[in-house]
Amino acid sequence: MLTIGAVCEAGKSRLNKTGSWRDYYPEITAKCTGCGICELFCPDSSITIIDKKCIINYDYCKGCGICANECPKTAILMKEERK
Amino acid sequence: MVTTEKLNLLAPGHRACPGCGAAIALRQILRVVGRETIVVSATGCVETFTSPYGQSAWEVPWMHSLFENSAAVASGVEAALEAKGEKANVVIISGDGGTFDIGMGAMSGMFERKHNITYICYDNEAYMNTGVQRSSATPYAATTTTSPAGKNSYGKMEFKKDVPAIALAHDVEYVATTSIAYPQDLMNKVKKAIGIKGPKYIQIHTPCCIGWGFDSSQTIAMGKLAAETGLVPLFEVEKGKQMVVRKIKNTKPIQEYLNKQNRFRHLAKEDKEKIMEKLQEICNDNVKRFGISE
Ligand SMILES: Cc1ncc(C[n+]2csc(CCOP(=O)(O)OP(=O)(O)O)c2C)c(N)n1
Ligand code: SF4
Ligand code: SF4
Ligand SMILES: [Mg+2]
Repeated sequence: MLTIGAVCEAGKSRLNKTGSWRDYYPEITAKCTGCGICELFCPDSSITIIDKKCIINYDYCKGCGICANECPKTAILMKEERK
Repeated sequence: MVTTEKLNLLAPGHRACPGCGAAIALRQILRVVGRETIVVSATGCVETFTSPYGQSAWEVPWMHSLFENSAAVASGVEAALEAKGEKANVVIISGDGGTFDIGMGAMSGMFERKHNITYICYDNEAYMNTGVQRSSATPYAATTTTSPAGKNSYGKMEFKKDVPAIALAHDVEYVATTSIAYPQDLMNKVKKAIGIKGPKYIQIHTPCCIGWGFDSSQTIAMGKLAAETGLVPLFEVEKGKQMVVRKIKNTKPIQEYLNKQNRFRHLAKEDKEKIMEKLQEICNDNVKRFGISE
């Protein structure tokens, strides 16, 4: 909440689920080695590497396609979102 | 089991455009500066997309100044910490408009007073937050809403201001240019800067898909091309040491970079050949001046 002096709690942007902005979604294929390159480039803090695999948080991923474009193994495919 | 839990201090849910280079810059910067940090940002895209009412994306203390005075506000923060005997990294993260143009005076004062602050400019080469107006960081011949290409104009007629040189002229402790397309380079430089006492300046090239006119998936690719053509030299200068330049094996022709962005599309016309050549000359000069070729 906002207080006097407009002090705001940290990380409250999580209330705003930007996944609804997406036209395309990234799909991780078996080729993923969990190198973490995509995680460094995701503008939306929507990738974590768990057990040597890249996991996408679809609540926030905006579908920009940077992860798919930068993956050295071409392990990420962009697919059309059907809502 | 979580094997790679990386320090992420920019929460998701912020409102940057999909593919925003500035958001990538924030994540890479925050990873190395860590939690013991206070950030000040001038008005601009970063400020706007990370701080809608009651929904901050910041996981570190962060303060919004005005468009013109992030360096003055950060100077006060640093002085207050000093007076209280407390320690934190004081980092400014402001746009090119807030740095090259309206914030220049405040930044100069901060350098001159020798505050222990790392000033980081995320350079998306125009005023993006207000709809792509030219700044003094906008490259030569780019079309913006206030330097529109048309019958009587080839886009921006002035050259990019050399702010790293201006910072160096203040005899600051550390000056570096880097790019989100080279995260290790960026993170090494930010880490080095916060470890040095006194004023530091880092300029980060951050492509903006909306303002430059390219697909959101190409943000990193565009950053790489900017460096590979020699248009954006990546270097660092530690006080008293020789400049270190990031070398490029085979520099690419500038057309490869220009052809992929709407802001330069007008240059493909025949009568604009001279302008293209001028841009190639800028790259050639950089390659020579900085010794970019391997
Ligand atoms: C004194 C003043 N003039 C104008 C504005 C309007 N304004 C807000 S952000 C902005 C441009 C910011 O450009 P830049 O610093 O490059 O950041 P970007 O939006 O590109 O990230 C302008 C002109 C303002 N907020 N204050
Ligand atoms: S598509 Fe973009 S927002 Fe979504 S996970 Fe990939 S890089 Fe992140
Ligand atoms: S306009 Fe550009 S810099 Fe601003 S949020 Fe969008 S992509 Fe990022
Ligand atoms: Mg800008």
